[in-house]
Amino acid sequence: MEDPYKTLGLPRSASQDDVRDAYRKLAKRHHPDLNPGNVKAEEEFKKISSANELLSDPEKRGRFDRGEIDAAGQERASGPSYRDHADHEAGRRYSQAGRQTGGWSDEDLGDIFGSMFGEGGQRGNIPIPGRDENYTLTTQLLDAINGATRRLTLPDGRTLDVKIPPGTVEGQVLRLRGQGGEGRNGAPRGDAFIAIHIEPHRYFVRDGNDVRLMLPVTLSEAVIGGSVQVPTPRGPVMMRIPPHSDSGTELRLRGRGVPEHHGKSAGDLYATLRVIIGTQDKSLQEFLTGWKPEHPVNPRRSMEEKP
Amino acid sequence: MITIDVLVAQMPGLDRHDLERWISNDWVRADPKDGTLIFGEIDVFRVRLIRELRDDMDINEAALPIVLSLLDQVYDLRRRMRELSGAIGETVPEDVQRTLLKRLAR
Repeated sequence: MEDPYKTLGLPRSASQDDVRDAYRKLAKRHHPDLNPGNVKAEEEFKKISSANELLSDPEKRGRFDRGEIDAAGQERASGPSYRDHADHEAGRRYSQAGRQTGGWSDEDLGDIFGSMFGEGGQRGNIPIPGRDENYTLTTQLLDAINGATRRLTLPDGRTLDVKIPPGTVEGQVLRLRGQGGEGRNGAPRGDAFIAIHIEPHRYFVRDGNDVRLMLPVTLSEAVIGGSVQVPTPRGPVMMRIPPHSDSGTELRLRGRGVPEHHGKSAGDLYATLRVIIGTQDKSLQEFLTGWKPEHPVNPRRSMEEKP
Repeated sequence: MITIDVLVAQMPGLDRHDLERWISNDWVRADPKDGTLIFGEIDVFRVRLIRELRDDMDINEAALPIVLSLLDQVYDLRRRMRELSGAIGETVPEDVQRTLLKRLAR
């Protein structure tokens, strides 16, 4: 064990302030977290710390000076430390580029390939393909069903015309070749990947290739039947409501769902009727008061049955 | 993973206001959760390092951001180097690796 005075470079007559100053000076130079990967600094720092621990405490220093204790046994425990974490994955938390999740940025790649391997005449001339970039595009349900072109403005000011194909589903990712990050030294651009997010529609609901909607009808349209206008993803069409229909009756419009795409045939539109009585007048009330149904019905029967 | 209360209790002499200031300076990055702050192992050691820099090495808080920024850059570079050598080890043929080592040892 080395003489602690020698370790700190002090005469035995040094004051407590001298001890502190000497330790500070040496710790700044040898602190292991400031010298990651430098084993010598680590060893040196251990010696400095244990010397400091002994000499900065006047009582221990006195006992050492009187020869009651030796310089050993004061070593700082060397458990894990900041550098052990910062050197590895966990250290990304304090990366200068913010909390990174991994992967090399264009700058990182340029740093390495532009300088480290660049000496000897071909500084930074290695072509590096551009990075792939990810974006999200929010679109209306009808645009996703019928297909549409939407303009996307990128963070760098470029605009992309994104062609949303018919029959696009939630989360589908479109790839635009050559629209990603810029390549270096003549290398091609990366690709842009665009994840589609579909906003729900006011009354159309997608069901695979079919489309469903709740269609309000009047009492007489349900009972007597009639022709009504029904919205479909590609515009309104006329549909015949058969007599004796009811709330919950499902009518199908063939081929009026998601249009044919990618070899899939067109889906259908299912309209579920919902009878709306609306503002009631006296004559309806009077009629119903005197009305004796031929086939009385209990619409809540299914609820009364024991499961 | 420990909360700010546990950290302050475990580290003698750590002033809670100091710690909160370091967090708002982004010197220490704790994760907010359920109305408190959570510290991972690396955060605890970082707090210890900041205290050693300030108290043992007499680096005042005005100079600390420069020291921490340079330190973070050193560790960024070291991680990058490690990743690079890992990638070289996994993808580059051995004879090329030997050539590379020879050139670097020159």
